Amino acid sequence: MTKLKALIVDDEMGMRLGAQRALDKFSIAVENSDHEITFDTDIAGTAEEALEKIEAHPPDILLLDYKLPGMSGLDLLNTIHIEHDETAVIMITAYASLETAVSAIKQGAFDFIAKPFTPGELKSVIEKAVKNLMLARQVKKLARERHEIRFQFISVLGHELKAPINAVQGYLNLMKDETLGGDISGYAKMIDRCLIRTDGMLKLIGDLLDLTKIESGKRERTLIKQNLVDIADEAVETAAVTGLEKNITIEMHTKTPVFLTCDSSEMTIIFNNLLSNAVKYNCDNGRVDVYIEDTGEYVTISVHDTGIGLSPAEKEKLFQEFVRIKNSKTKNITGSGLGLAIVKKISAQYKGNISVNSEEGKGSTFCVTLSKKEGLSLTKEE
Amino acid sequence: MNTKNKTVLLVDDDADFLYQTELRLKQEGYTVITADGEEAAETVLQETRPDIAVIDLMMERMDGGFTLAYHIKKIDNNIPVVMISGVTGETGISFDAATDEERNWVKADVFMAKPVRFEQLIRTIKKLAG
Repeated sequence: MTKLKALIVDDEMGMRLGAQRALDKFSIAVENSDHEITFDTDIAGTAEEALEKIEAHPPDILLLDYKLPGMSGLDLLNTIHIEHDETAVIMITAYASLETAVSAIKQGAFDFIAKPFTPGELKSVIEKAVKNLMLARQVKKLARERHEIRFQFISVLGHELKAPINAVQGYLNLMKDETLGGDISGYAKMIDRCLIRTDGMLKLIGDLLDLTKIESGKRERTLIKQNLVDIADEAVETAAVTGLEKNITIEMHTKTPVFLTCDSSEMTIIFNNLLSNAVKYNCDNGRVDVYIEDTGEYVTISVHDTGIGLSPAEKEKLFQEFVRIKNSKTKNITGSGLGLAIVKKISAQYKGNISVNSEEGKGSTFCVTLSKKEGLSLTKEE
Repeated sequence: MNTKNKTVLLVDDDADFLYQTELRLKQEGYTVITADGEEAAETVLQETRPDIAVIDLMMERMDGGFTLAYHIKKIDNNIPVVMISGVTGETGISFDAATDEERNWVKADVFMAKPVRFEQLIRTIKKLAG
């Protein structure tokens, strides 16, 4: 239950008591919840008295008579500064005084109600004002949350980029100081490390741009009905090269065509990311098996590896941005931490999802589902 | 410069930071033991008592450096701990003038921010461990 503060400002006691009586017993149901809104009412007989009360405790609802002794209601409105998500002002005007109503609204009032009015009419106006107020507050809250998330994202990104830059500077300074002597061949390892770290930064920036483009919907998409098996075969060929060093076998098991209306570069990103992980986190002489299934409403892509697997704790944070699993087995594996986040965003655009089944030490199976429904609109994630 | 027999325990999950700092410290005459995370550091501490520990704040776990510092002080409160971090903003700890309250809460004797100026690290180590 939410209690809103209502301040009733009118020089006529009858008006004040009447409005109070109406509001004290009034409750407004909130859409989609068991929540109820009720009122704590307070009164003031003059604008001056109201000003004091407003400054001490700003009300959520201000019911304000335009005609007051001393400072008028309109002047009071002029004096105080109203934020639309803080206070909803309802001006009480005389019958047939449209001019007053218009001035009030221009001064920031949300609505007006003309005397004489019934308790029912008052409640109706108040209910409108309350709903508008709650909506304005929700909008502000969401905007604040968005800013907070953006701040955190950029903070983490800054850290992810600072580390490799510090590393490269460190090596350059060691070379500048000739710590290993005057012969450049002695610095081969340092130079290699610099190249590896800068490569990592470029990959991070590239993935970041991918992620941002997908999120903002600015990525150009060409949706054509095509056979996923062809796209998968190509991706497997590319991945096979990276698997050579550890002698990893990659096999695509689906031979019959599986059609989907999709953007081929998005599908390629999905396959490349899943296959790249399947190879990176695999054991020597391991296997990667790929399946594509048409399950009626959805298409499911499964990539299974015989790699190091994931613990339950690692599985939980796996699809977040910048998360890379760090344990004793992943020491020398590089990556931006954005790959799976990108796959997740792409699958969301196809009203699908990504999930993982895994056993530590045995292997993992990643499944991506994509809806076959045509003409899907881009889902812009908040 | 009597840095003979002084052992520095260096803990960081960034392999390049470990390599570069170990190289510099060895050239200054220190004995260096490196550990690439809290677990590895705990293993080292079971067999060796370093004269000083230089550890990174955030490693495998978000509080990796904190808990390691606590453990070191528990093993021997006299082992100086230098805490290094690349994320001053996120931790909310100001690295210039830590208050008494903060100093009591984080078991480190000195805080340094990355990138670490090596001359400053050497001076700090000399001051704390000789």
